[in-house]
Amino acid sequence: MSAAMREAYRELAVVAAVVVAIGGAAALLLLAMGFPIAGGLTALWTGSFGSWYVFTSASLVRAVPLMLTGAAVALAFRGGVLNIGGEGQLLVGAAAAAAVALAMPSATVTVPLVIAAALLAAALGGALWASVAAYLRARYGVLEVISTIMLNFVALHLVSYLVRGPLQEPTHVYPQSATIVDALHLPRLPGAGRLHSGFVVALTVAVAAGWMLRRTAAGFRLVAAGENPAAATSAGGIDVRVTTARVFLLSGALAGLAGGVEVLGVTFALYENISPGYGYTAIAVALLARLDPWRVVATAVLFGALEAGAGAMQRDAGVPSTLVSVIEAALILAVVATQSFRSRRQRPDVGEHVQPVDA
Amino acid sequence: MTEPSGGDERIALVLQGIDKRYGATQALRSASLRVRAGTVHALLGENGAGKSTLMRIAYGMERPDAGAIAVHGAKVRLNSPANAIALGIGMVHQHFTLVPVMTVAENVALGGHGMLDLSRTISELHELSARTGFSLDPEVQVERLSVAAQQRVEIAKALMRRARLLVLDEPTAVLPPSESTELLRWLRSFADQGNAVVLITHKLGEALSIADDVTVLRRGRTVLVVAGKDATAAALTDAMLGAASAGEQVGKTPATDRVESRASSRIPVFRAEQATLADTSGMVRVRDASFVIGAGEIVGVAGVEGGGQRELLRALAGRLPVVTGVLERPDMVGFVPEDRHRDAVLLDRPLVENVALRGAGTRRGLIEWNTIGARTESLMRTFDVRAPGPRAPIRTLSGGNQQKLVLARELDADDMTSTAAIVVENPTRGLDVRATAEVHARLRAARDAGAAVVLYSSDIDEVLLLASRVLVVYAGTVREAPIDRDVVGRLMLGAETHAER
Repeated sequence: MSAAMREAYRELAVVAAVVVAIGGAAALLLLAMGFPIAGGLTALWTGSFGSWYVFTSASLVRAVPLMLTGAAVALAFRGGVLNIGGEGQLLVGAAAAAAVALAMPSATVTVPLVIAAALLAAALGGALWASVAAYLRARYGVLEVISTIMLNFVALHLVSYLVRGPLQEPTHVYPQSATIVDALHLPRLPGAGRLHSGFVVALTVAVAAGWMLRRTAAGFRLVAAGENPAAATSAGGIDVRVTTARVFLLSGALAGLAGGVEVLGVTFALYENISPGYGYTAIAVALLARLDPWRVVATAVLFGALEAGAGAMQRDAGVPSTLVSVIEAALILAVVATQSFRSRRQRPDVGEHVQPVDA
Repeated sequence: MTEPSGGDERIALVLQGIDKRYGATQALRSASLRVRAGTVHALLGENGAGKSTLMRIAYGMERPDAGAIAVHGAKVRLNSPANAIALGIGMVHQHFTLVPVMTVAENVALGGHGMLDLSRTISELHELSARTGFSLDPEVQVERLSVAAQQRVEIAKALMRRARLLVLDEPTAVLPPSESTELLRWLRSFADQGNAVVLITHKLGEALSIADDVTVLRRGRTVLVVAGKDATAAALTDAMLGAASAGEQVGKTPATDRVESRASSRIPVFRAEQATLADTSGMVRVRDASFVIGAGEIVGVAGVEGGGQRELLRALAGRLPVVTGVLERPDMVGFVPEDRHRDAVLLDRPLVENVALRGAGTRRGLIEWNTIGARTESLMRTFDVRAPGPRAPIRTLSGGNQQKLVLARELDADDMTSTAAIVVENPTRGLDVRATAEVHARLRAARDAGAAVVLYSSDIDEVLLLASRVLVVYAGTVREAPIDRDVVGRLMLGAETHAER
């Protein structure tokens, strides 16, 4: 079998696993929970891919933050950084973007500049949040899995505080910020329902991230440092600490950008439940994409559609939307299973017997 | 020698007629060892002589193909270390088996049975310290301890299990000299209390200074058993290296002259002057080394474990800074480390990316994968690397082909300025005969093409086969030797060469 054919076969195996997992898991769960299978599956479909309007306004709108956070997780994991803190970085990014957008009256400066400043603030906010965990890892060897998860809760409480304190709306009644003026909303894409131009941002970022990994020296350093830090140092002369710190900050910046895009494109205000866990779903999105930012584009759309379909299923067929969470989990399991199956088959034949060495 | 079942309790351990074969290698051939209670027994031999195998058998880690074992006069079968421990045998391995984040007491308690009573362990450790003059704080974390103290924890583990026979594998290889003296003194007093110590070592001086009895193994056989007071450095060296080398010394040119005349005729590639090197923990490993390595020669490096050759090689390869002194070397030195899976390759990445790894730290901008792909293909052809293709993960290659690719990458002249230089460390470890021969041919070809090649192998014969002279590292000092098994062997053991006497 040629390398290209093997590659195509691998892709096919993953796609098959995804389709079987979604259809099978959904049908089985509906059956087990006593809902009509046909009705549930129909609602899942019409609520996600059913029409152009639904696809863009529901599925793709949800895919935007998933694409950005998914790319953030993919980059981090490839670089050997287990950043589970996408959610917190997204929240801080959202808060930073809201603060900038609310602080700058749109009349004084040109609108695109304010939007750019708000998105930049979002990316910086996410990077700043990630830098705490990056510093703890570099300086004290604190596992980022733990520190980033903890920082997610800190970020949540930070947003809680902001929307009850400095950023609260003028009447001081609701725990949310004032609404950002219409002029600073990300423009909608023509003919695409409620889909905003943040989609273009997300698409560009994901493509650029994939291109960086494939084509640039910096991207290769990232992959090498993540794959084998000892060899990257010894054989590649790579400063692994610096590389690791950079990818951590970059990952945080992308997740923060997701928060900024969400505030300027969808919610137009900061409040506590601004993210339904995008930063966590991003891990599934990235894993399903096998940590390739280009594939993240597809998996983010898939997960966006699933989330949108879940809402429709609940509305139209009365099926609890948590069922979709179970489907997502089944999906991850199916993909992980096919991948570990493949890697087991790829083990080399042990052609040489290693002699025991008497020291 | 008497039958082991003869039942003399004053003999702590008898191993007799031990055979052990691994695949095609006969590690031990009717080897024997007889350790008296109340003595320190040195077990000497070169790398691969069978010392460690013999002691692994005594500790129940390996089962002999043939032979008999008796402990304190009783014939025994050792099926596992648990049997050996129950019989009062303790072993301190070269590489410690401690949990760094746990305290000394917790580490000692780890191997116990039944209920965990840390306070009892702590008081027992205090009592042990008092009884044996062994300084150890039971409540300090192991990772905070020096290497010497960690070694004491290993010994304490054995003592707490009531070991009366202590086997130590190269215990001083990891210790600075003052700590080594301290340890040997302690072992002496431990033996004087009626216990027995087996000291596995390559170091002659050590054996002569402390041992009551000395057993020398060569190529799996016991070739010499002698009382420590009757042993001489010359006799022990001859036994270790083989009697054949003893008579060849007369009229041999002193090592250093020949070396300098060879080196001076070449363009120097490496030049060290009074170079001092330390390992990553800051301990000085090589002191005041001075030598020159020229273009177009293979210079061997030899040394016993912990002698400092590891640091010397890494400094030559530019992977370790020089503490004091001068070490001139080319900007790009190829390096083939002994643990290629850990230090040389990205196992799950394609061959092309593994070729691209070299120099990745300084590359800027975009990577021309097509160029590197073409270079990978040409390297694969030139070095006969058998692989499904340049895009296959390097994991899918056999060890020999992986090593050839690493060698090809490190020898690749594209990135190099004027003179090619490469440092290789145990380049054929784990390779079969055919792959070994191919790697040797590549190294010779590189030399013939004008490269400076530095070769370390723990197998001296490999060094002697390829190199034109040898840098011998012993306890931090670097000395030059010609291609002479006897001279190199003596220098490795810290003995004077005949020329110097």
